[in-house]
This record gives sequence, C-alpha cells and structure tokens, in this order.
Amino acid sequence: MKTIIPMVVVVVTVALVIIGTYSPSQIGMAVGEGIGTTYSGSSSGGDAPQQAVSALLQNVQRRNWDGAYAQLASANKAEQPSFVRDLAGSSGSLRTFSSLAGWDLHPLHATDSDADIRATLHWSTPVGAVDDIRDLKVVHEANGWKVAWPEPHFPDVPAQVIPVNYLRWDLVSPGAGDEWGNRGVDGPHVRIVSMNAVSYQGGSVIMGEAINEDTVPAFVNVNADLVGQDGKPLGQESSFDKILHVLLPKQVTPYRIDFPDVDLQNIKNVHMDIKTTLVPASADPVIGVMDQAIDSDATGRKVLKGRLLNQSGQIVNIPHVIATFYDNQGKVIWVSDGYIDRALYPQTPESFSVELPKTVAGNAQTYHVVVNQYSLGKS
Amino acid sequence: MRRILIASLMSGLWLTQVCFAQELNVPTQATAGDTLSIPTSGNGEATFYLVGPGSSLKQTVHLGQAIQLSANDLNASGRYVAILCAGACTSSHFFVVPAGVSTLSFLAHPSRALVRQNDAISGVVFPFDKFRNLVIAPVTVNFQLTANKANLFSRSMPTRFGVAWFRSGSWNSAGMAQLTASVNDISAQRVLQLVASDPCNLRIKAQQVSKGILVETDPVHDCSGNVVPDGTIVSFTANSSNGRSTVDAPIKQGVARAQLTPAGAATISAASGVVMGNELRMEVRP
Repeated sequence: MKTIIPMVVVVVTVALVIIGTYSPSQIGMAVGEGIGTTYSGSSSGGDAPQQAVSALLQNVQRRNWDGAYAQLASANKAEQPSFVRDLAGSSGSLRTFSSLAGWDLHPLHATDSDADIRATLHWSTPVGAVDDIRDLKVVHEANGWKVAWPEPHFPDVPAQVIPVNYLRWDLVSPGAGDEWGNRGVDGPHVRIVSMNAVSYQGGSVIMGEAINEDTVPAFVNVNADLVGQDGKPLGQESSFDKILHVLLPKQVTPYRIDFPDVDLQNIKNVHMDIKTTLVPASADPVIGVMDQAIDSDATGRKVLKGRLLNQSGQIVNIPHVIATFYDNQGKVIWVSDGYIDRALYPQTPESFSVELPKTVAGNAQTYHVVVNQYSLGKS
Repeated sequence: MRRILIASLMSGLWLTQVCFAQELNVPTQATAGDTLSIPTSGNGEATFYLVGPGSSLKQTVHLGQAIQLSANDLNASGRYVAILCAGACTSSHFFVVPAGVSTLSFLAHPSRALVRQNDAISGVVFPFDKFRNLVIAPVTVNFQLTANKANLFSRSMPTRFGVAWFRSGSWNSAGMAQLTASVNDISAQRVLQLVASDPCNLRIKAQQVSKGILVETDPVHDCSGNVVPDGTIVSFTANSSNGRSTVDAPIKQGVARAQLTPAGAATISAASGVVMGNELRMEVRP
C-alpha cells in the first residue's frame, strides 16, 4: 500500500506530461466575443482576410509589437513607433492603462485581392470597457493577406511658451488649539437646479444639473435614495464619475445616477442629496468643446460628436466628456459620458463622440458638454 | 464612590433635620474665584464637607473658628452644600455666581456673504468669566462691522440668560470685513468676506485671430459695481455651420476670454451661472 499511491501519482503525472506535450497548443488563443455573424478573436475559422486581422489583433493583445507590425501591408506602412503608439497609447493617456480584451470583425467588402473589415476593439480600461471601431483594409500580398493599417496622425506640438496666469485656490485649515467659534470657513453653496427620472433598459436613471453658486470651488457629489410605493427604501446610489466633481464658481455640472435593477414604476419618491466640500482647486486647464453636432457613427448609432481643444499649456492625460441633452422645454432628458483614450496636447484638437439613445435623439433639441480632466501627478 | 457616600450622607441630613449645637453661618451668595470665610460656633473639632457643581472637599476644622475657603475651592458657579459634622451633622447651602466677563465666545455666520443681502449675517455671543462659567447676569455686548476702517454697522445688545445675538444685512461693497463683539474692554473678532453677487450686464466682444475667434468679456461686475471674483466661470457659446462650440473659461484679472472655432456666419453668446450676456453675430472668414 505504501508503494502503490506514489506509483499511481508518478504514472498519472507522466501521462499528463505526455498528453500535454503532444496535444495541439491553445496558448495564445485570443479571448474575444462572438456575436451573430461576426468573426471574433476566439474563433478558429473564418476567411483569410479576417484571419489576418485576427492574427494582428492577437499580437496586439499580447503586446507583441514586432509580431503585430509584421502583419501590416507593405504599402503606406506606418513607422513602427507610430503604430505602437497608436495602439499602446502615450503621455499617460487612458490607452496606456488599457488592454485589448477582445474584438468583433464584420466583413464589409471582399475581393480576391483586398477586403474591408470593420473591427470593433473591446478595450479593458480602469474606467470600464471602451470600444474602438476601426474600418480596416486588408490586401493580398505575395506572402499572404496583410492589414493596411491607416497611418496614425499624432499632434505635432511645436516648441512654444504658453503664458498661463495660474489661478488656483488653496485652503488653510485652522490649528487644533484655535479658539472655539473661529474654526474654518463655510462650505461652498451648491444647488441642484434640475432633476428628471426616466426609465431605461428596465431600470431607472436619475439625472439633472447642479450649479456652484458660491465664489469658491467645490467638490461635489450627488446621491439619490429611492423610496418604493410601500414607503420602503429601494436603493441608494451616487453619481460616481458621471458628474464634474470639482466645480468652479458659477459652473454648472450634469449628474446622472443609474439604478439598473429598479423599475421606474416601482418608485414613489426620490430623495436627492448633494454633498459639497471646500477643496483646493485650479482653474486650469481650460478645455474648449468645438464643432459639436449630433450625427450617426459608422454603426448607425446616434452620437454627439465634436472636438476637444486644450487651451492651456499642460497635457491632459485622460479627458472625460459629459454631455447633457435638453428637450425643447429646456428639460434635461439625458446625460451621456465617455472617456477619450488619447491625451489632450496643448492647442491640439482631439475628436470625441458620446452615444445618445435612439429614444432620446428625436427629442434632443440642444445640449451642453463639459469636460472632466485627470492629469497624472495632480489630484 | 466618594460622591455616592456624600450623597448618602446628605440624604440622611435632609431626612433627619435635627438641630445640633454647632452652627454654620454661610452667606447666601459668593462670587466664583473669591475667597470665602464661613464662621462656625461651638468648640472642639469637626469635619467640614463642601459639595459643589465642579468639586468637593473634606477638611477638619475647629469649631468656633471661621472656615477659610480658597479661590480654587469656589471656581465653578452654581449651588454649593456645606456640611459640618461633629458627632451629629448640620448643613446649609449657598450659591456661587460667575465672576466678571473675561472671555467672549463669538459665533459669526457665514464666513462668506454676498453683498446686498438681507439678514445675511448673524452673530451670537456667550460671555464667560475667567473660570469658563457662563455669565448669566445681563451684560451689554457691542457688535460692530467694519471694512476699510469704515463703520458699516454697530449695535448694542444686552445678554439675556447668558446670550446676545444680532442679525444684519450685508453691505454693498465686496471685500474683507471685520466683525467685532465687545463687552467693556474685552472683545472677540471674526473676519467676514463680503463677495460680489452675480454678474450684471455681462458684455462680450470678439475678434478674428489666426486660430479662430478670440472672445472676451468686458470687466465683469455685479450690479453694485463690485468686481466678480477671479475664477468665476463664464460659458462662451458659438453656433455656426461647424456646429456648436462651447468653452467654460474662468475670469482672470476681471476678464474671461476664450478661443472659439466657428465658421461662416456665427452667433456668439456668453453666460455666467443663470446670467446671460449679450449676443454677437459675425461672419468668420476662413
């Protein structure tokens, strides 16, 4: 008995080693999502152009940049550093913190010599999943199908001096031994100026706007408590990142609070609560939102498109766009947001788009866009 | 434990109400922080107890001599019970009232107030003696609001049950103001910031530059003529064939400016909070 168990263990181990050695390798198979007729990263079938794109994306997923670059077509081939920068990001942008989780491929057009494929890249980021849609051309070359990756264009920011009248607020807190009744200053006055509750995908969305009526900056968060028809609490949630947290004097921010599991019909009352704190803040950078217009994207979805223009002298690493949509009565009917995965360089426009549900798009008469910014090394 | 024993002892005294040979001749009232002499009658030794709101003491005394209480024994204002025991016990009580006003606790609200607001400022004063006893006796508190050495507001209010308060509107001019509460030569000061109200007559002008349109406001003032604080956001909007462009720009050195990129016929407007500015129409050359 003493020898049987060790012998069995040895035999099983050897058997597993042999099976592992001679069975087909699965290492490197990308984990993607197969939806409908699309060709996904996990599929092993599909035609040759799609396999070429998939091979490229598998290398991107593994951050094997040499391997990915080898999959590109020779004509109009971008420089490898530019190609890598396009996919790996730079300057502390959101893309630098992201990884390619999967992709969907939709063939648009195919001949014996070339093909057009729409690739939806699913990036996993610290702020959630971000999709990036690219229309790729695949061409047949002597050594097989290759992807004609569009040459990325990066801002060529000239060396310059941008004068900035640095405006910021600092906070001095009193010492512990100070006289009673002489402790600190009042918190900022921030007011919720509108609130609307709508039903969305079986859940509820509470949204509206708040304004800083004070002369000092405020850190703001909006909370909502739902009360059911029976008077019992249904849920409590905060605006999280769907708000401009640092609000300068007279600045207006949208807010949106999602309750995906609470049907609007079950809500009797909503208790809104706005928390404000006096914080040190800076009035820079100023980011303009240019050429905004509601349009349709490549997949037919309604989006609000535009360009962000950083009018200050510092790089904004992760811009975050929050758009408020109003009906013809001026009522807030939707709040939408999106992160930009490229950094904002000074005086250099960067495109953005945020999605608008079809049910809302017909009623949206006007809109207001604000930009949240996260810069490395700054709070 | 000592308190329980003393309480038990006092209860027994109240219940029995027996007259004894020794007597305590306590005053009806004393002042916090003053020394006190309590004459006694009889002879021999006795034990003296003093129970007050903030302290208690026990000492051996000689009957026929006055019991001397130091200033530290009578710091806290309130009701004191003096007990003298020599075989049997006798007791008496007296009150210690607060000493003169030594410090003022001054609560002023808010620390920031918009100009020209009714009842925007309030202040509450609690006078205390040097032992932190609340002075219940009426004292007159002088409230004064000054800015740039000008007296904006002055009012005298007597305390009632140890508190005096006032409420006042804010002044027309923005800036730092000093709020003072004083009783005789004792005073407490708070700094109050009077800030400009919403912008008034917000006006903008625009000029075409190489990168688009440079829009800037005239110096932004409120309706009292105060300069609106730097950092206040002015939202510029341009509608043109390119779509809609917006910039939320902070006021710096009294003026907000932003760069917009409209094309063709453009309508440019500005707003700050709920205040709208004028509207400009201009043809933007490519």
